[in-house]
Amino acid sequence: MKRTLSALVQNKPGVLAHVAQMFAARSFNIDSLAVGRTEDPNLSRMTIVVVGDDATIEQVRKQLSKIVPVVKVYDFTGESLVERDLMLIKVAFPPEKRMEIQAIVEMFQAKVVDIGSKFVMVEVTGPEEKIEAFINVCRPYGVKDVVRTGQIAMPRHPQRPRDNSHDAK
Amino acid sequence: MTKASSRARHAAGDASSSNQSNSPKKELKSGSQVFCEVLENEGVDILFGYPGGVVLPVFDALMDSKIKVVTPRHEQGGTHMADAYARASGKVGVVLVTSGPGATNTVTGLATAHMDSIPMVAITGQVRTPLIGNDAFQEADTTGITRPVTKHNYIVKNPKDLARILHEAFHVARTGRPGPVLVDLPVDIATARLHYEPGEAVMDLPGYRVRQTGHMRQIVKAAEALNAAERPVIYAGGGVILGGAWAELNNLVQKANVPITTTLLGLGGFDENDPKSLQMLGMHGTAYANFAVQECDLLVAIGARFDDRITGDLSRFAPKAKVVHIDIDPTSISKSVKVDIPVVGGAKEILTEMVNHIEHRDRAAWFGQINEWKRKYPLIYDNEGSSIRPQYVIEEVCRQTRGQAIVCTGVGQHQMWTAQFYRFSRPRHFISSGGLGTMGFGLPAAIGAQVACPDATVVDFDGDSSFSMTLNELPTAVEHGLPIKVCLLNNGYMGMVRQWQELFYKRRYSSSSLKQPSFAAVAEAFGAVGITAKTKDEVPGAIERMLAEKTCCVVDFHVEREENVWPMVATGKSLQEMDGLPTVDVERLA
Repeated sequence: MKRTLSALVQNKPGVLAHVAQMFAARSFNIDSLAVGRTEDPNLSRMTIVVVGDDATIEQVRKQLSKIVPVVKVYDFTGESLVERDLMLIKVAFPPEKRMEIQAIVEMFQAKVVDIGSKFVMVEVTGPEEKIEAFINVCRPYGVKDVVRTGQIAMPRHPQRPRDNSHDAK
Repeated sequence: MTKASSRARHAAGDASSSNQSNSPKKELKSGSQVFCEVLENEGVDILFGYPGGVVLPVFDALMDSKIKVVTPRHEQGGTHMADAYARASGKVGVVLVTSGPGATNTVTGLATAHMDSIPMVAITGQVRTPLIGNDAFQEADTTGITRPVTKHNYIVKNPKDLARILHEAFHVARTGRPGPVLVDLPVDIATARLHYEPGEAVMDLPGYRVRQTGHMRQIVKAAEALNAAERPVIYAGGGVILGGAWAELNNLVQKANVPITTTLLGLGGFDENDPKSLQMLGMHGTAYANFAVQECDLLVAIGARFDDRITGDLSRFAPKAKVVHIDIDPTSISKSVKVDIPVVGGAKEILTEMVNHIEHRDRAAWFGQINEWKRKYPLIYDNEGSSIRPQYVIEEVCRQTRGQAIVCTGVGQHQMWTAQFYRFSRPRHFISSGGLGTMGFGLPAAIGAQVACPDATVVDFDGDSSFSMTLNELPTAVEHGLPIKVCLLNNGYMGMVRQWQELFYKRRYSSSSLKQPSFAAVAEAFGAVGITAKTKDEVPGAIERMLAEKTCCVVDFHVEREENVWPMVATGKSLQEMDGLPTVDVERLA
């Protein structure tokens, strides 16, 4: 099962390596990892989508918390989330298919960001299923390239750390 | 919860008050001088250091500081010495090495300390910051290499961070679940001119919080479960010793009236001469400890982590038991064994509170059962004939040292026999590589322990193969006048490898037999005392002489070559499925 964890980390050298190393060393699987700055210049946020059962996710959460420059870890399991993935996709754009592709772009509320002689570049944002659906719909026309940011997420209600009554973090 | 930064200010402030008179304000110092001052303020009076190109400025500054340096013959040895220094003294061990090979040579030592949660700070030299990443001479990506084997590591890239990072390193190493922390120090930081006042180096660790006191509701639940249990067992690990909780553990055991078994690293956390002690459990634990764990209705784990050498087949481990787990590291909880009542916090703090909620129970039937197991399945060995049984050497050393020596070991059969046959009664008196199982740990460990405890009798029980890995440290012991006693249980094999080959590979002894030198002659060549004992009747006299020696002494006991460690829970078996249990008339042998 896919689960979304979010970690606030100190902006210090080696933090990403530390997190990545921990996942590799403990055989946890990262589905996607997105890193970016936050409103606080000292902190970055990592949004990590992990595949695993309850016990695995619990270990991942605790092992992440244990890394010294990791300030706080949120497990978004069971919370109502706004999840977004950003994709740039290059699709073949032959003259006879242009209307169809244009219609698909509109249906997905996507955006054409560049047009070349043979390909069109489209920007799509949304939850993972929407992104996947867009790729699938474009496949028959010929997908040349896909670049994705990986998922970021934010809970709909004010976020708070889980109540870990017998836990350090 | 303790906010790390406020603690740091406090600790550093204390240090500054005693130091202020001789450090005038706004004076610029070299990075190396600051390094020495920070270490002094952290209470370091001795470190284990091997110099080299990029750490020369630091070694130069050490000559003017109060810190004494013990130089090993190899950085691995130095790292094990710092580790054992920490295990014997309870203080943070410090090792200082150069870049590149100096740093990579510490990796085994760091991994050893990391697996056993030993507080240690390793400082490695590094090439000048502008050269980093250019494959400079003796450059290695030390933080990259050591990240998986340290609790945390740093590289100092700006002189103004030096003092803060060093203070943080000591704080992180000694608090929470302790562990080794490495600081990579480029040479231009060591030579930079900077300003340092102890009170001003404020730690910045917003993500590092340690839960020391346990949650009250969980503590009460744990105590109630223990009060209600008819067949409880306490299973105590190295956390009891790291957390300084042995007195509190004893209070709990006596008040609750519960049998207790310890892990390898927990040995000495409870007096093994006490009738409630079941001694060690696990793969080579006592039969009565393993039976008790399999039959118990409540297992109280304290500062232990359900290692695979403890549990045997996980799915059949302690099948009838509810599990209480007291540990300072939340990641240990339910990592392998599902825990019913977790209590996160320091063992000392939690046990102090827990005892208040404990009621004494009689448990006559349970103790009756345990005593029956003890009578039927004692730890025994065949001591007939004139050859030397390794177990006999250990028992005899235990007798002559009245069980009071600080005992170090390598890894293998001799380590297990030492755990079984030396009766430990005091904490910090058994020093062994448990988690990583590092052969060659024994001799440097004995040196580190003797440096920490100059007046103690320090004995290294070692195997011939383990000893051969690090015997280059013998001159270190001789040079520093350390009267460590090395008891070599020499069977000319990698004994445990040979035992597994005998049991699981049809006695095909592939690569496990070594042609060994005369270890007594080797010892003499290094300036130590060398003794050889080949028959049983030579043993007591050889040990007497060894204990009387004022310099480092190596006794080469030629022991029975194919003796096995029993009992044994083979891989994949459940704890009660032990091989090698006594089948003969036990009372006759006793």
